[in-house]
Order: sequence, then structure tokens, then C-alpha cells
Amino acid sequence: MIDAAAIPRLARGVKLREDTVRGRWIVLAPERMFVPDDIALEVLRLVDGARSVGAIADELAARFAAPRDDILADVTEMLSDLAAKGVVSA
Amino acid sequence: MTAIAPPLGLLAELTHRCPLRCPYCSNPVELTRAAAELDTATWARVFQEAAALGVLQLHLSGGEPTARRDIVELVAAAAQAGLYTNLITAGVTLDAPRVAALAAAGLDHVQLSVQDAEAAGAERIGGMAGAHARKLEAARHVTDAGLPLTLNAVVHRQNLDRLPALVDLALTLGAGRLEVAHVQYYGWALANRAALLPTRAQLDAATATVDAARVALKGRLVIDYVVPDYHAHRPKACMGGWGSRVMAVSPAGRALPCHAAESLPGFDFPDVRAMSLRDIWENSEAFARYRGTSWMAEPCRSCDRREVDWGGCRCQAFALTGDATATDPACALSPHHALLDLAVQDAAVADGRFTYREFARAAPAG
Repeated sequence: MIDAAAIPRLARGVKLREDTVRGRWIVLAPERMFVPDDIALEVLRLVDGARSVGAIADELAARFAAPRDDILADVTEMLSDLAAKGVVSA
Repeated sequence: MTAIAPPLGLLAELTHRCPLRCPYCSNPVELTRAAAELDTATWARVFQEAAALGVLQLHLSGGEPTARRDIVELVAAAAQAGLYTNLITAGVTLDAPRVAALAAAGLDHVQLSVQDAEAAGAERIGGMAGAHARKLEAARHVTDAGLPLTLNAVVHRQNLDRLPALVDLALTLGAGRLEVAHVQYYGWALANRAALLPTRAQLDAATATVDAARVALKGRLVIDYVVPDYHAHRPKACMGGWGSRVMAVSPAGRALPCHAAESLPGFDFPDVRAMSLRDIWENSEAFARYRGTSWMAEPCRSCDRREVDWGGCRCQAFALTGDATATDPACALSPHHALLDLAVQDAAVADGRFTYREFARAAPAG
């Protein structure tokens, strides 16, 4: 369950890594890989197993000078989707 | 000419040594002996070159990769190169300290093979007494070490009816993924084809099992499953296309566009001791020969799927038609497609005896 208090982390075996040869970041997992879009990348870089979903929203709201509630709703939805795909756990 | 996109994966076949003798082994029929294997430093250089070229995922395979005494050093070298490192193992040589050492060295994921859901069948197929229990132990060591586990079930006529039990086994062992891998028929498996090909009824039951399990286990177990060539209408995009996504390196250091490519005639595959991986990928004739679509004959040349399946598998085309440039007979458009149906019919009346994988006997002295 991903809510504001949840502390997400990358799931076991999942790594976010810079693909320097192709000039992008990539999510690597057992027998698969995918390229996160720009917004997913901003969120995933803050998924460190210490920050809560709320703290991630705070950080992004400050960085992009956007309404915190809107950001929190978007971040929660994105992380729920990534959790369903096995990329993050909470 | 457009630039050649770099590979995403490297398949490092570290050794052909293996305690198992599976009759469908994907290694060549002519196995490489230990004395001819690349040394630690050369593999470490290959991993560095692969990462610099653009490889992201490394698959350490064999043979049994942990038969290499330097396997922990090799994993550390791969991690240092920045590669996401998968160990593809039979598991019978893994104890808890070894798995812990591999995890500490930076291993990312373990893919463990099983030959069947129960010991008697598994050990007849793998040709090694006691192997199944040791695999179950190895799975526990892997999850205890905090590593993600994929169970790789190689399936065929003699174990496909136990697919539901294999799904249960994956759950019991704590695997996050299950690969239901139908045998691919070249090399050892081609020699054993009549004993291994499943019937259409078995295949349909297996597909139904996978469909139901995927729904029931959503979020708990990911199941990878591909319909096997001999019951397909379109070929698989072998290796994602020749020289397109993956480079393989053999135990003796030959760079190959596919791990079975040494079964093809008329090649002198590049030696990683003599050429860099970048030079091999971008400039060698071997990697260019079947890259893209310009080498194709009809019916591939004008087919609208030519950049979907890339003509299928070159090794299978050669093994079944004698022409490595032919359309893969797995395609219903191939004039040789009927060969596959004939093989299925022949297998239905064949006995189940195996020719086990083994190193060639030494030539008699004389």
C-alpha cells in the first residue's frame, strides 16, 4: 500500500543506473530493463528507502514550485503503478 | 551507413564443465575443455570492454559457471565494471558461504535451473543422482542471502505434464520469476529431439496452465513463457536479431552473435584475446553477416515481419535445411515448415531414451 507515510524502496534486484553510452538513465531488473520517463526518473532518484512518499512530494514541490497536494497525488499514483510492476516495494 | 547500435547484453559462457548431463544442453556438441578456458584477467577485461561498449546486463553462464574456481572474482570484476550481473546456475555446487560470497561481490540476480518438479524425474533427465535436493538447498541459500531468484524450468515431453507442480515449486522456493523454457532444438537437444518434443495436447495444457497461473499469481510470481518453435506459425526473433542486442563469448574466447553460432559452417569467429569487443561488434564480418535484412532471401526479404522476427534462428535454419540463409522452418511461410510437423509425428511414436551430454572421448592412442 503506497500512501504518504509509506517509505518506498527499489525492489530486490532492481537498480537505477546511468546508461552513459546512450545518455540516459535506466531501470535494471532480473531479465528486463526499461527507460523511465523524465518524471518517473525524478521520483525514482528520490526513492532511497529512507524518504517517505510525503517527503518525496515535499522535495519535488519545492524543486518545481508546484502545489504539494497535486504532486503528492501524482507521486502516489506513479509509485503504486511501479509497485504493481514489482519495481518498488513499500 | 547508419551507426551500429551497441549491444544491451553479454552472455559469458565461462566454462563447459558441468556436473549435470542434460540431454538438451545448449552447449555445442564439441565441448571445450578446462585448459582452453579464458583466464580471470581476460574475462575481467572483457567485462570492462562490454560496459564501455554499452552492455548493461551480463549473464554468467556455462556449463556450470560456479565450476570456475574464480567465480567470486569474476562477479566482483563484473560489478566493478558496472554491469547488472545474473548468475545462470544448476545450483548443485552452491553452498551457503559461496552464495554469501557471491552476493557480497555484487551479484544482482540468480537464475536456477530445475529439470523436473520431483527428484526421480529430475535426476533421470539431468543424469546426476542427488541433484534435485541440492538445487532446493541452493534456492534457500539464494533467498537467505537476499538475492532475487528466478526458477528456470526447461520443459519437454517428459516433464511438461508436471508444469502445475513446477509453478508450485517456484512459489515454495520464494522465486519472483519463473521461466518456462521450452527446449530449443539444436546441438544436444537436436540429437535427442524424438525423446523430448512435446505433443500438441501437452502444449495446449501447458499454455492453459500458464494463463491461469499468471492471473492467480499476479503480483507474486512473474511467468515468462514462449510457445515452442515446433508448434509455432512464426519464428522467434532469435537473440533479437543477429548482431543486434546480444554478444556471447564462448569459454575459449570466441565472440558469437548467438551461443549456438559455432554450429554454423564457414565462420571464423573473432577471438576476444585478439580483438576488442567494440571492434568485433562494429567491424567483424561474422557479426555483420546476418545483421539487419539485406542478407535475406524470399520469403523473408519482402515479408512485413522481417524486422519483427529477423528471419528467425540461423542455427535452426541451417540444422534443418542445410542453408543458414534460409527462412527459419518454424515460419509457416518456409517451404520447409512441414519438417517440423514430421518431427512431431516421429516423436509421438519414439521411446524416451536420451543421449546424455558428455565430453568427447579421447581419441585412442596410436
